[in-house]
Amino acid sequence: MKCDFEGWKGFEAGTWYKEINVRSFIKHNFKSYDGDESFLVGPTKNTMDLWEQVLELSKQEREAGGVLDMDTKVISTITSHGPGYLDKEKEKIVGFQTDKPFKRALMPYGGIRMAEKACKDNGYELDPAVKEFFTIHRKTHNAGVFDAYTPEMRACRSSHIITGLPDAYGRGRIIGDYRRVALYGVDMLIEDKKEQKETSRSAMYSHIIQEREEISEQIRALEDLKAMAASYGFDISKPAKDTKEAIQWMYFGYLAAVKEQNGAAMSLGRTSTFLDIYSERDLANGVYTEEEIQEMIDHFIMKLRLIKFARTPEYNALFSGDPQWVTESIGGVAIDGRHMVTKMSYRYLHTLENLGAAPEPNLTVLWSTRLPENFKRYCARISIETSSVQYENDDLMRFHHGDDYAIACCVSSMVVGKEMQFFGARANLAKCLLYAINGGVDEISGKQVAPEYRPITSEYLDYDEVMKKYDAMMEWLAGVYVNTLNIIHYMHDKYCYEKLQMALHDKKVTRWFATGIAGLSVVADSLSAIKYARVRTIRDENGLVVDYEVEGDFPKYGNDDDRVDNIAYDIVHRFMAHIKKNHTYRDGIPTTSILTITSNVVYGKNTGATPDGRKKGEAFAPGANPMHRRDTNGAVASLSSVAKLPFRDAQDGISNTFSIIPGALGKDDKIFAGDIEVNFDCVNGACGTPTLFEGLDTEN
Amino acid sequence: MIGYIHSKETFGTVDGPGIRYVLFLQGCPMRCLYCHNPDTWKTGAGHVVTADEVLEEYNKNKAFYSNGGITVTGGEPLLQPDFLIELFSKAKKQGIHTCIDTSGVTYDADNVSIVEKMDELMQYTDLVMLDIKHIDTSRHLELTGKENKNILEFSKYLEKKNIPLWVRHVVVEGYTDDPEDLKNLGRFIGELKNLKALDVLPYHNLGESKYAELGIPYRLKGLSPLSNEKALVAKNFILEGIKEVRY
Repeated sequence: MKCDFEGWKGFEAGTWYKEINVRSFIKHNFKSYDGDESFLVGPTKNTMDLWEQVLELSKQEREAGGVLDMDTKVISTITSHGPGYLDKEKEKIVGFQTDKPFKRALMPYGGIRMAEKACKDNGYELDPAVKEFFTIHRKTHNAGVFDAYTPEMRACRSSHIITGLPDAYGRGRIIGDYRRVALYGVDMLIEDKKEQKETSRSAMYSHIIQEREEISEQIRALEDLKAMAASYGFDISKPAKDTKEAIQWMYFGYLAAVKEQNGAAMSLGRTSTFLDIYSERDLANGVYTEEEIQEMIDHFIMKLRLIKFARTPEYNALFSGDPQWVTESIGGVAIDGRHMVTKMSYRYLHTLENLGAAPEPNLTVLWSTRLPENFKRYCARISIETSSVQYENDDLMRFHHGDDYAIACCVSSMVVGKEMQFFGARANLAKCLLYAINGGVDEISGKQVAPEYRPITSEYLDYDEVMKKYDAMMEWLAGVYVNTLNIIHYMHDKYCYEKLQMALHDKKVTRWFATGIAGLSVVADSLSAIKYARVRTIRDENGLVVDYEVEGDFPKYGNDDDRVDNIAYDIVHRFMAHIKKNHTYRDGIPTTSILTITSNVVYGKNTGATPDGRKKGEAFAPGANPMHRRDTNGAVASLSSVAKLPFRDAQDGISNTFSIIPGALGKDDKIFAGDIEVNFDCVNGACGTPTLFEGLDTEN
Repeated sequence: MIGYIHSKETFGTVDGPGIRYVLFLQGCPMRCLYCHNPDTWKTGAGHVVTADEVLEEYNKNKAFYSNGGITVTGGEPLLQPDFLIELFSKAKKQGIHTCIDTSGVTYDADNVSIVEKMDELMQYTDLVMLDIKHIDTSRHLELTGKENKNILEFSKYLEKKNIPLWVRHVVVEGYTDDPEDLKNLGRFIGELKNLKALDVLPYHNLGESKYAELGIPYRLKGLSPLSNEKALVAKNFILEGIKEVRY
């Protein structure tokens, strides 16, 4: 590769000179920052003006019922729309999904019915010509999936034992390595892809044909990316020369992805420390000031906050809102031992102060005990003030994914540009338990969904009998679940391929075959009730168990009690073992997640009463959380129960949604928790003295 | 040796320094009008735990408590001195910071056996948070059902032992917010050489529903929670008293 680019001047060379390798670039060039946040600056006038404009548009959007404008005719592609601006003069970073902000794009490749419904439910009408085209002439992902589904898969889907399947919408969860666009420029990426194609195997097995076709698509997507940037007046064929270009190039990469795909999670990656290398160079050379750099970041983050998709009310109900999951992973520790916190890590989080709190982008700190104290404390403060920061355990994930992974969606870790994921929605393990008890008959519809295994006929539930039947039912569920996903991902690749995102991946990609679990805490508590209390079945006129009466008390998940926590552990491990028995599409490596952060309400609504005393239709707890109000020993005990779950079996992530009332972090919320050290201005673990407290030590 | 506990809070952030494992012990001889834990009054009830069980649980999660420790509160923890002696002596061997949150009401300077036990317990105690409900003994009696003589003597005892002391005071409108009483309280505690901090707690009525559940009449019905601003005024009166005698 040629390496005399202006954009690379001053950077230390490494493997990244010879191949597409962003990690090598970062490793050779980043500098850990141990200082505090005092260098940060507030928003500029431009930033405040633009944000004011955004708030006004948001208000109009709310008043319009949730959608301000929608494209009903132009099918969204990377180049479908001309440039769009808020205020061209003021924006330091530019680019919208369509030709103006707040206008949602039309993306029918996932499924024409979903696209049509998204228009209709929001008061728009899809152009009939588009509908005809995607019904008669061009098949969609959704149509493909339903051509291949078996009756059993359809039954599982409509009874909600498998829920949220990406069979009518974009699967998402793929992170393009958008940094490559900035570091190498598009031409070099195209060159690399061409070489990949030339060096593919020559015996045309179907997977080789697929690979060649996909690389061709990727090359076209990269050409389109260049064209789209050109429409904004930028030539991104060569490496970015400074911080502003690096942010803009990178954002164009991301923008192309969200023009092409309406995925269930469109995450950004791990970009802050990458960008810091540019900004440190520019600060040292006097190219930009801190004010200018923060302004660029503020405008970049503002753009990410304005990513929007056309969605249906049902979709929004499933995900409790209209999330994009523009997740950005910040911090972490390099495998050479250096922490990866930089000034840019601070600048990203600082946007929550400059622009105010917001759920998107989903700023995620890769937490390690080895992060610098200053940064830990800054994170804690920003969390307390904005409730907008997500945390993930870097010490746990680094072991599996190294130091250049990022989080897709909320918890799915993958090495950027080297690993991708087939998103797998969730299996409802609570309903599965009810199927085990009722011999495969759905407790709500009364239909035979699972095979007719022998039901439990006794009045009181016996733990060993239930476990045996439950294990068999889980094995069945895992089989039909994985095979349903095999169909989905086959069809998604075929009809709704993420060509731009995959263009920003290596040729040889590790594919995680993600599955998911819903209702874990319901299952753990139910089995605990059966084991430690007495659970009586209540049957309807057909002998179907429709309710349960719990006699006596039982250990509940969320109290750091091994008797029940071990049950939760065991269920995750068993289910994963059953998942692994199945063939997976494209040699996907099976993983599972316990992360129903937002869809727990819908899953609960579709599940009958459970043996833990939960009533029919009551919400599940989110993710791996204990059931609401059942964790009675305080937060540490509650967190400890969750922390016991086996990450090895749930490598796609375990989530715990943690909210606390003001005052719960000590008087005036001045206590910092966990592994944050206490230093001179923090007495007794409290930072600053609470107002109603007075230190009176005469010797001090 | 077993202890009777009402409950535990594994993430205690308001009962002593840092993040603490807080054990609420069962049983209390006082009947404070504003008590928000009437479910801890009855003695001999609650769950049974051993000191080893408590420490095992603490140690499992000790990463959380690196700048905290164990606090025993209640109820009145000093009703179970033998349990506390075992728990704290073992805790100290492991380097755990120990704290007692007490009303001091069980102290009796004339009772040799009580004083002996206290002498032993104080060897293992890093901090006492003494909740002085009222400085005036007759008003104390009205408010809690007990006089404050033993409580004030207990504070002198702690001074003599040089046990670090935080004084807590709950401010209840119309009961404990008289400026002169507050200043008197300040003058009294200001003389204590072991006093390290003052912690003023505004009255809240979050415990009211428990009274209904227990079938006990709530005698402060209708009294609104005290604002932080008013509590701050009370705190300043106490500080005024402290300063008079200290500086």
